[in-house]
Amino acid sequence: MSNPPTELLPTATNKSGTRSAGAPTARGRTGIARILLGRDTVIIYALVVFIIYAALFIPRFASPVSTGFLLLDVIPALLIALPMTLIIITGEIDLSVASIAGLTSALMGVLWAAGLDIGLVLIVSLLAGVLAGAFNGLLVAVLGLPSLAVTIGTLALFRGLALVVIGDNAVANFPPPLTSFFTSKLGGTGIPTVMIGVVLVAIIFGVVLHLTPFGRGLFALGYSKEAAIFVGIKVVRAKFWLYVASGSVSALAGIYWTLRYSSARSDNASGLELTVIAAVLLGGVSIFGGKGSIPGAIAGVLLIGTINFTLRLGRISDVVLIIVTGTLLIASVVAPSIIDGITKWLHTRRHRRTLPQASASGATRATASGVQEGK
Amino acid sequence: MTMQFIRHTKTRGTRRFLTLAAVAASVALVAGGCAAGNDAGTGTAAEGDLSITFIPKQLNNPYTDVVLGGGKDGATAGGFAATEVVGPLEASASSQVSFINAETQAGTSVIVIAANDPDAVGPALEEARAAGAKIVAFDSDTNPDYRDVFISQVVAKDVALIQIKLLAEQIGGSGEIAILSATANATNQNEWIKFIEEELASNPEYAEISLVAKVYGDDDDTKSFQEAQGLLQAYPNLKGIISPTTVGIAATARYLSTSNYKGTVALTGLGLPNEMRPFVKDGTVTAFALWDPAQLGYVAAFAGKALANGTITGAEGDTFDAGDLGKREVGADGIVIVGPPTTFNADNIDDYDF
Repeated sequence: MSNPPTELLPTATNKSGTRSAGAPTARGRTGIARILLGRDTVIIYALVVFIIYAALFIPRFASPVSTGFLLLDVIPALLIALPMTLIIITGEIDLSVASIAGLTSALMGVLWAAGLDIGLVLIVSLLAGVLAGAFNGLLVAVLGLPSLAVTIGTLALFRGLALVVIGDNAVANFPPPLTSFFTSKLGGTGIPTVMIGVVLVAIIFGVVLHLTPFGRGLFALGYSKEAAIFVGIKVVRAKFWLYVASGSVSALAGIYWTLRYSSARSDNASGLELTVIAAVLLGGVSIFGGKGSIPGAIAGVLLIGTINFTLRLGRISDVVLIIVTGTLLIASVVAPSIIDGITKWLHTRRHRRTLPQASASGATRATASGVQEGK
Repeated sequence: MTMQFIRHTKTRGTRRFLTLAAVAASVALVAGGCAAGNDAGTGTAAEGDLSITFIPKQLNNPYTDVVLGGGKDGATAGGFAATEVVGPLEASASSQVSFINAETQAGTSVIVIAANDPDAVGPALEEARAAGAKIVAFDSDTNPDYRDVFISQVVAKDVALIQIKLLAEQIGGSGEIAILSATANATNQNEWIKFIEEELASNPEYAEISLVAKVYGDDDDTKSFQEAQGLLQAYPNLKGIISPTTVGIAATARYLSTSNYKGTVALTGLGLPNEMRPFVKDGTVTAFALWDPAQLGYVAAFAGKALANGTITGAEGDTFDAGDLGKREVGADGIVIVGPPTTFNADNIDDYDF
């Protein structure tokens, strides 16, 4: 949850430069207050509010059946959102995730149809994801090519490979115990059993991003690559491993997709990359890098997932669904900017008004920029 | 100074609050939409009568709209209290699953589905059946394990044979031909293509005809148009194209009619009279085939009614009343046939409006 320390710097100096070093409340919020009012927390509130609303007013929503269907639907996006958050925080992007999932699915189908042991099939498919991620990492991190261009390329490349691997066929005869495990629920809670694995992966990514020096380094990297290099962050290595992680998790999502729908096809998970990126951005991760959190991204995925689910429950057309998702995303990106603008304007206006008192009390330094603008 | 500081705190707090408010407002907007849509649903369900939901391959497809129109008529005539149509915007394998789940949760009595993938919808349909729903597949079958009956427009072989017969007549019985289909995995198209290939191989009348290519327009207008263009560039000796899908044949006809292949390269397949009318009139297309899609939905609704009432179980030999169309019988593998395909040409096309 914690924001990078660097985020504090500009605001701390601009807004309360005159505060003595001994005042820990320099920014006005620390600890719990900061967590409770962070940008990513807002989306968590929105999620909670929406779930409460749906539970109260949408017939049939408040039941374990909803939890099960809803989570089964969002698991692929939820998984991929985790590495995507880290990658976007470093200021890069990975558009090839859904294609890697599709490639994994196709590979699974072909290997299983060829009579390989299912355990071996899963391992090879996962390895394919690791390799696909490493290929992205090689191009982006090692060769330093722009990630947008590289992953648009691999988006097409991996989907193309999926078609080469499995062609027009679909493989459906996966072992029933395995496929039913992937749709099974934990007792009467309605929570899918696979959620245990998903939660584990989420905790790993959360800990890595928020509680390790490596994670701190990613935020720094997103702010300024040059500065990150100067303070000794191994930029190439960090980015490379992020893409490997992204490829591996995408492969997991592909495996899940194949077994959940008992269907291995080349077009599985197509278009998922945009859903994931939209959800991650909605969850407060900045597309410019340097800002964001795992809980925020998860809330973003769950919010979009829950809205989709309730709309379907209400039999509202998918046309409304995509319009709503789009509007929500734009609102979440634009609203903070508009509010920032208004705040700045109010700020300047207030300083102009309070100028005489401010000078009298010797606070010139505090509002140095504001005063100069005022004059 | 303290005042100054408090002001800052307040402003930043306010800012967060405003962000929250903005997001909350968007959410409320969405939720409002939900609630409005949902009232109708609960109103009808409360009557405790039978409900039917159609899940087509995708929404906003002209052919599907006609089928669904017939389905709604059938549902009303059959006495269903609530009729719904839900479905994905793109015809991908797994996209229908969450819609089936929502219907399971809604306790719908009959689910009528055109499967995008015969197996991907399986587990979800099993759950729906476990919850008491009857499953009618129409247009494109699911794996027979997952449904009670399948309503087929026509006998698959008849559809295949009429298309190859029409094309053979139009190209004079010899030359290179190609097929422009829907998606590579589409159940019904693949079955017809299989019969066409068998017929070409076995029938001596078609010995001089060679099938040189099969391409897939994914039931997407632009993609089909480009595939048609690509076919004619890749095979300069191409004499004719069969497009066993309404989107494909319309897109191909549009391409041919604006190119210099118009009138020299024959086109036939399955098309909607309203979409194909201009191309039949301008000479691009001589004749094509189709059944009346509205009847498909109509029979599906009546089959669902009979299943829900317990009149039939979907076993071979069961018969049920299909309203204006009279009686229909369930054949082997739970398949119900609606009727023979119709051939449309310049003489009769104006008699049809769908």
